[in-house]
Amino acid sequence: MDRVVLDSLEPLIAVLTGMGYTVAGPTVRDGVIRFAEISSAADLPAGWTDEQNAGRYRLRRAAGPEATGSQDRLETGDASAGDGEQVFGYAASPDSAKRYTHPPRTTLFRLRDGVPEEAGREAPPIALLGVRPCDLAALAVQDRVFLGGRYPDPAYRARREALLLIAVDCATPGGTCFCASMGTGPTAVSGFDVALTELTGPHRFVAAAGSPRGAGLLAALPTRPATAADLEAAEEVGRTARTRMGRRVELDGLKERVAEAHDSPIWNETASRCLSCANCTMVCPTCFCTTVEDGADLADGTAARAERWDSCFTLGFSELGGAPVRGSGAARYRQWLTHKFSTWVDQFGGYGCVGCGRCITWCPTGIDITEELERL
Amino acid sequence: MTPTGTSAPRTAPPGVEQPGAHPMLPAPYRVRSRRPDRADTVTLALEPVRGECPPFLPGQFTMLYAPAVGEIPISISGHARGGGYVQTVRAVGAVSRALCRTGAGQIIGVRGPYGTAFDLRAAAGLDVVVAAGGLGLAPLRPVIRELAAHGSRYGRISLIVGTRTPATLLYPRELARWSRDFDVLITVDHPDRAWKGPVGLITGLVDRIVFDPRRTCAFVCGPEVMMRATAAELVRRGVPAGRVALSLERNMKCGVGRCGHCQLGPLFTCLDGPVLTYDRVAALLEVREL
Ligand SMILES: Cc1cc2nc3c(=O)[nH]c(=O)nc-3n(C[C@H](O)[C@H](O)[C@H](O)COP(=O)(O)OP(=O)(O)OC[C@H]3O[C@@H](n4cnc5c(N)ncnc54)[C@H](O)[C@@H]3O)c2cc1C
Ligand code: SF4
Ligand code: SF4
Ligand code: FES
Repeated sequence: MDRVVLDSLEPLIAVLTGMGYTVAGPTVRDGVIRFAEISSAADLPAGWTDEQNAGRYRLRRAAGPEATGSQDRLETGDASAGDGEQVFGYAASPDSAKRYTHPPRTTLFRLRDGVPEEAGREAPPIALLGVRPCDLAALAVQDRVFLGGRYPDPAYRARREALLLIAVDCATPGGTCFCASMGTGPTAVSGFDVALTELTGPHRFVAAAGSPRGAGLLAALPTRPATAADLEAAEEVGRTARTRMGRRVELDGLKERVAEAHDSPIWNETASRCLSCANCTMVCPTCFCTTVEDGADLADGTAARAERWDSCFTLGFSELGGAPVRGSGAARYRQWLTHKFSTWVDQFGGYGCVGCGRCITWCPTGIDITEELERL
Repeated sequence: MTPTGTSAPRTAPPGVEQPGAHPMLPAPYRVRSRRPDRADTVTLALEPVRGECPPFLPGQFTMLYAPAVGEIPISISGHARGGGYVQTVRAVGAVSRALCRTGAGQIIGVRGPYGTAFDLRAAAGLDVVVAAGGLGLAPLRPVIRELAAHGSRYGRISLIVGTRTPATLLYPRELARWSRDFDVLITVDHPDRAWKGPVGLITGLVDRIVFDPRRTCAFVCGPEVMMRATAAELVRRGVPAGRVALSLERNMKCGVGRCGHCQLGPLFTCLDGPVLTYDRVAALLEVREL
């Protein structure tokens, strides 16, 4: 489909709302970018950018040195800013689309007269604005886990299909990003309904539809055809972003190298810095592991069973007959890294990492998987 | 700004109807009978409250749900009369204790059967060695029953069993019956005064049975150390590693490849296992804390 130009996101949000979607987009919350319900383009984080490095995340105003007063705005969450400022000028945030497709906790069933009764499957329609290319790739990975096998999950499918994805190309990758070397970004190629490239001077968006749903949506908006200059400017965004990746991973021979590294001394060395806090698996957009919990349903006190995110960094994860199989931190760190870059390929035909850099940024002790891979 | 005169659909897709059962939803089964086996072990016969229970293959397991307590993987030990599963549970923790306490008439949840099976077709015409350690006899019971029922399809059949004490021996009456059909040897770790049989590791029994290694198929289930030692001994004697089947145990929260807990290197024990041949797992079992 031909690409078009949108001068404002306001009509997009209004049309989506009119269609019955809850629109969720990036907002400034508690000093980070988070997905939250938005009602207007003014809710978007205009003028904000982030600094990310191993164990470090910081939001700041994009223009020049930190302006006085910006800290106040950060804390009060007043993210609105003047015209012309980028609204998607930051890299991956701790939230990913996983929160919507594979929520941290879901009720599986409740007991009615002692018999398990499935919790409702209907998923509310949500339009997710500002999904990054790495997260689109992560959704494709998740699809293989929850839909690709012998036991597809109809509740996941319902949530997935109720999600309308509006991707935004990355213009300002962070210091921990390496999507370019994983082949998952910084430009959205597939897996979206609409993909936007944000341009400044003047502020506008080049939009492309990636599905009939997306095409219908664009047709309903006030747009104009993209000019050659618009398209060239959009290309340039991708080219520049590519050169700004803070990290990279060499994929050549990686799967085999990791598989053969069972006895590497780095596991012990890394474990001495790892707190087994599970932050990396929680922020990771592809980690899918869960455990189950039995308890009383808050709504009416009946017994209910819930599924919630779990992590291979916990001791209980591998518990077997009273003791964990992976008792040492070294074995748990090895499981995480080996799964991402080696056994995931055996299981699902691709890597379990999309290069979003979140696990590096949010590691309290700054353990960097790209560095660990290089040391193997 | 209000969109007017647009060609866009008026409403978002209302939660598209998703067919198919949820893989994590247990079906209600009634406990038809409950038979205490040993001090800590109970055998339940389960029948579906509605409809029929799906067929199973020897070595497969179900996820048994004790209402409001939890859910655990338990092997299927046989068909229940009238259609259903026979499953033997040892009380070791919260969920298994709750299952063992379940009385006749009560409702529990069942998902499955799941996982790979002991391949009896591969054993046709060959000598068969069945090696069970402790509760490992439970998943092997359907294998042994098939061997007893159709002995002529196989070569020489031997069953070797290891148990802690004579009192912890599982299915003693059936073992006595099977010993009329083929060689059954039992060893105990700690004999009592009446015990006249072998004492010590089950690997010690491998020397006492007759089989032609090159033409032998083995089915092994028990604690991991016991399985590794037995498989290694059989392979050392010349049985091809691809014909030695083990049933592996890992933490399992789903049984259907979504919780991640049962991973053993590239394998999901619930989907790729629990029954796996030794050639596929020997190297993985060598790695500590994999
Ligand atoms: C394929 C397979 C077949 C099995 N067949 C049988 C059988 O026929 N009879 C029988 O008595 N037991 C069997 N087990 C072992 C049984 O699943 C465990 O004893 C049971 O999970 C313990 O749960 P618990 O809550 O009672 O104990 P806890 O020790 O409190 O366990 C807590 C949790 O850890 C996990 N866990 C602990 N030990 C095991 C284990 N050995 N295997 C898997 N998960 C574990 C479970 O999720 C369990 O809910 C089998 C295990 C597997 C993997
Ligand atoms: S492993 Fe790290 S970089 Fe890779 S997808 Fe997960 S969080 Fe992102
Ligand atoms: S890295 Fe760990 S938590 Fe993430 S998917 Fe793999 S086993 Fe699960
Ligand atoms: S038991 Fe959940 S993935 Fe195997």
